[in-house]
Amino acid sequence: MTSADDTRSALSGTIETLAGDGSEPVVVNLGPQHPSTHGVFRLKVTLDGEIVQDAEMRIGYLHRSMEKLAEERTYTQNIPFTDRIDYLAAMSNNLAYCLAAEELLGVEVPPRGQAIRVLFAELQRVASHAMANGTFINDCGAWHTPLFYMFRDRERVLDMFEMTCGARLTTNYMRIGGVAFDLPDELLPTLRSFLDDMPDRIASYEDLLMENEILHARARGIGVISPEMAINSSLSGPILRATGVPWDLRKANPYCGYENYEFDIPVGEQGDCFDRFLVRMAEVKQSLRILNQLIDNIPDGPWLADVPLHARPPEGEAYARVESPRGELGFYLVSDGSPAPYRFHCRPPSLINLSALKEMSIGGTLADAIVTLGSIDIVVGEIDR
Amino acid sequence: MSGFDLAVVLGAWYDFRDLNNLSRLITEWIADWGPDWLSSIVTGLLGSLGILAVIGPTLLVLIWVERKVIARFQQRYGPNRVGPKGLLQPVADAIKLILKEQLAPRAADKLIFFLPPVLIFVPGLLIWGVLPFGPRMSVADLNVGVLFLLAVSGTGVLVLFMAGWSSNNKYALFGAMRAVAMSISYEVPMVLALLTLVVFSGTMSVNGIVEWQQQEDVIFILLFPLSAIAFFFAASAELNRTPADISEAESEIVAGYHTEYSGMRFGLFYAVELGNTLVISAFIATFFLGGWWLWGLDQWVPSWIILLAKTGAVYFLLIWTRGTLPRLRIDQLMSFCWKALVPATLIFVAVAAVERTLLVTQGWDTTIALPIMAVINIALTLGAVMLFARLARSERLRRPARTTLVRDRVGGLAAAREVASQAGGGD
Repeated sequence: MTSADDTRSALSGTIETLAGDGSEPVVVNLGPQHPSTHGVFRLKVTLDGEIVQDAEMRIGYLHRSMEKLAEERTYTQNIPFTDRIDYLAAMSNNLAYCLAAEELLGVEVPPRGQAIRVLFAELQRVASHAMANGTFINDCGAWHTPLFYMFRDRERVLDMFEMTCGARLTTNYMRIGGVAFDLPDELLPTLRSFLDDMPDRIASYEDLLMENEILHARARGIGVISPEMAINSSLSGPILRATGVPWDLRKANPYCGYENYEFDIPVGEQGDCFDRFLVRMAEVKQSLRILNQLIDNIPDGPWLADVPLHARPPEGEAYARVESPRGELGFYLVSDGSPAPYRFHCRPPSLINLSALKEMSIGGTLADAIVTLGSIDIVVGEIDR
Repeated sequence: MSGFDLAVVLGAWYDFRDLNNLSRLITEWIADWGPDWLSSIVTGLLGSLGILAVIGPTLLVLIWVERKVIARFQQRYGPNRVGPKGLLQPVADAIKLILKEQLAPRAADKLIFFLPPVLIFVPGLLIWGVLPFGPRMSVADLNVGVLFLLAVSGTGVLVLFMAGWSSNNKYALFGAMRAVAMSISYEVPMVLALLTLVVFSGTMSVNGIVEWQQQEDVIFILLFPLSAIAFFFAASAELNRTPADISEAESEIVAGYHTEYSGMRFGLFYAVELGNTLVISAFIATFFLGGWWLWGLDQWVPSWIILLAKTGAVYFLLIWTRGTLPRLRIDQLMSFCWKALVPATLIFVAVAAVERTLLVTQGWDTTIALPIMAVINIALTLGAVMLFARLARSERLRRPARTTLVRDRVGGLAAAREVASQAGGGD
C-alpha cells in the first residue's frame, strides 16, 4: 500500500461503499449556499451513491453575537434583538424574552395585555406553521405552488401585525409588562374574517395534500425518530409531538393564561416527516380554536403595566419559556442590578431540533435528508443568533 | 411555364390549410429550369428554415405562457412589467443571459464543457423533422418516423451526461447520473406505448398513424388510454418535469447537470428543454389525439392550427402537473417505471396484437369492432389503474393519515415518560 493509499483510507476512515469494490464515498457540501438550507447553513453529507452515510452540520454563518450585544443594552432595548433571533416567529420570541424580564422584575401583566399576547402568539404560530409547511412541501419538490398558497394566509396575518404595530416581520411589539400598543379598531373585524376563511382554506389544503400519493411516498417513514430518542435529544415542538409525546408548554407549564383556553395537543404516531407536517396542520387548527375563544373575550383595561424604561431588576436570575412554533423557546437572564442584563441566553428550539438531523438522515437517500431537514423547520437566525 | 406565375401562386397557395401547396409550387418552378436535386434541397431547406423560424418565436412566447400559467396556479401575477402584459419579459431575459459572463470552472474539461449547450440542439431540432403539421406537411415523411423519433430523442441523454461529467461538480455529476438512469429506463415504456400504436395501425410512419386515425374515425387515446397515460408520464420523465424532475431537482442538487453553466449557455439548455416539451406535446397530440385531424374540422381550419390547439392542450396539462405535484425520489421513479409502466404497456402491446389479428383475420366491420375494443381497452385501463392504486394504497392505509388529539391528558413530563416507556425504551 502506497502512502497515498494510506492517506486516502485515513481520510475516509472506516466508511466504505456498499459496492465493496474499494470505491470511496463522495462528500457533498449542501450549503452554505443551497436552495434548501433555509438560510446560511452547511450540511456536509457523505454519500454512497444516493445513500447518506454520514451527515455533519456546520453552523455559524449567521452569527451576529446577539447574546453578547444584549449585555450592553437595557432590558427594553433588547426586545428588538429577539425579533431577529427567530425572524419567522418574532412575536413568540418577544413574548419569551418579556416573560423572563418580567419574572426578574416581578411585574404583573394586566389581563388585557395577557389576552393580546396570546392573540398575537397564536397568530404568529399560524403564520410560522404556514411557512414551515410550505417550505417543507417545496423541499419535497412541489415547485413553489403550496408555498405560495401558504404565503397567502401568512400574508393576512402579517397584515394584522402591520396594522397593530407597524411592522410585519420584526414586530418589536411586546413590552416588559404587556404590549406596546392597544389593538386598533380595525383589527378585530379583520381577524374575524380571517378566522371565518381559514377552515375552508385548511380543508382545501388537506384535500390536495393529505391524500397526495407522492407526498406520502416522499414523507412517510422518512426521518423517523423514536419518542425516547426524541426526549433524550431534548427535542421539542412539532418534532417531539410527531413521535406521540404530548408535550406542549402551553399545557405543561401554562403562561399568559393559556390554562383558560380550550385546545388539544395534536400528536403523531410514527415520528416521521409526514407526521410533523400533519401535526403542524393540526396545530394551526388548534390555534384558530384558541383565537375563536379569544376574539370575543378580550378584557378591557390597560394593556401595559407601569414599568420604568430603565428598569433595574434586583440581583438574581430568571428563565422563562414559551411554546414557540418551533418548540421550547427559553430565555435565561441574569441581573447584577444594573439596567442591562449581566447574562442574556437564549435556548433556541431550532438548534436543538437540528441536532437530531444526523440521527434521522443516516441510511436514507440524499433526497430524504433534504425532506427531513425541511420537516425540522429550522430558522438559521435562531441557530446562530 | 416560365417564371413565377402570379395566377398560379394565387390559385394554389391562397389555401392556407396546407402549406405544402407552397412547397409544391416552388418545386415545380425550380423543376422548370433546374435539376431535380436542387428542387428537393431547396424545399428541404425551406421546410427546415420554416420550422426554425417558427420554433424561435414560439419558444419566447412559451416561456411567457409557462411563467404566466404557473404564476396563476400559484396565486401570483407572473411577469407583467416588460412590454404589454409582460410579453417582452423573455426577450429581456434573453438579453440579460447573453450579456452575462460565461463562466467555466477551472477544473472543467473545457472542450466537453463547451460542447453540450450546442450539441443539445441537434436532437432538439431533428425531432421536429418527422412531425406532420398537415396531411403532407412534414419536413421528412419517413416510413420509419416512429423509430427516428425514438432514436433521436434517446441521443439527448448523451449530451446531458457530457455536461454533467465535464463540469467537475458533484451536483452536476449526480444530475447527469440520474438523467442517464432515468432516460434509459423510461425509454422502455415509451417505446412499448408507441409499439401498441404501430402494431395496431400497421405503420411506422408518424403521418401514417394520423391518417389511420382519420380513416378509422377514432383517436388512439380512446383505443389505448393506458398507452397514452404511460407515454405522457414517460415523456414528462424524459423532459425532466415534475413529478419526475429529479435530474435537476432544485431542492436537492441545485440545478443538476447544468449547475455550472451560466449566461446564455444555461439559456440554451433552458430553451431546448422548453422546445422539447413543446415537440413532445405535439407528438402526444399527434399519436393519441389525432394530430392535425379533428373529425372533418381540418377541411375548414388549417390543419396546423388544429395541431397547435391540441399541442397547447397537452402542454397545459404538463404545466398543470408541474405546478401541482411534488417530486418523486429516484428509486421510486425507477420502481414505478419497471414495476408498473413496463408490465402494463407490455400487456397492452399483447392486447393490441390480439385485437389487430382478430380485426384482420375475421374481417370484422371496423365501425362496430373498434368501439367495442375501445370499451374493452378502457375497462382494462381502469382496471390496471385501480389495481395499481390499490396496491399503492394498501401500504398507506396501514398507517394513520391523521393526527390524534390528546384531550384528557394534560401532557407534561409524566405523559412524555409514559409514551416513551410504551414505545419500549426507558428514559
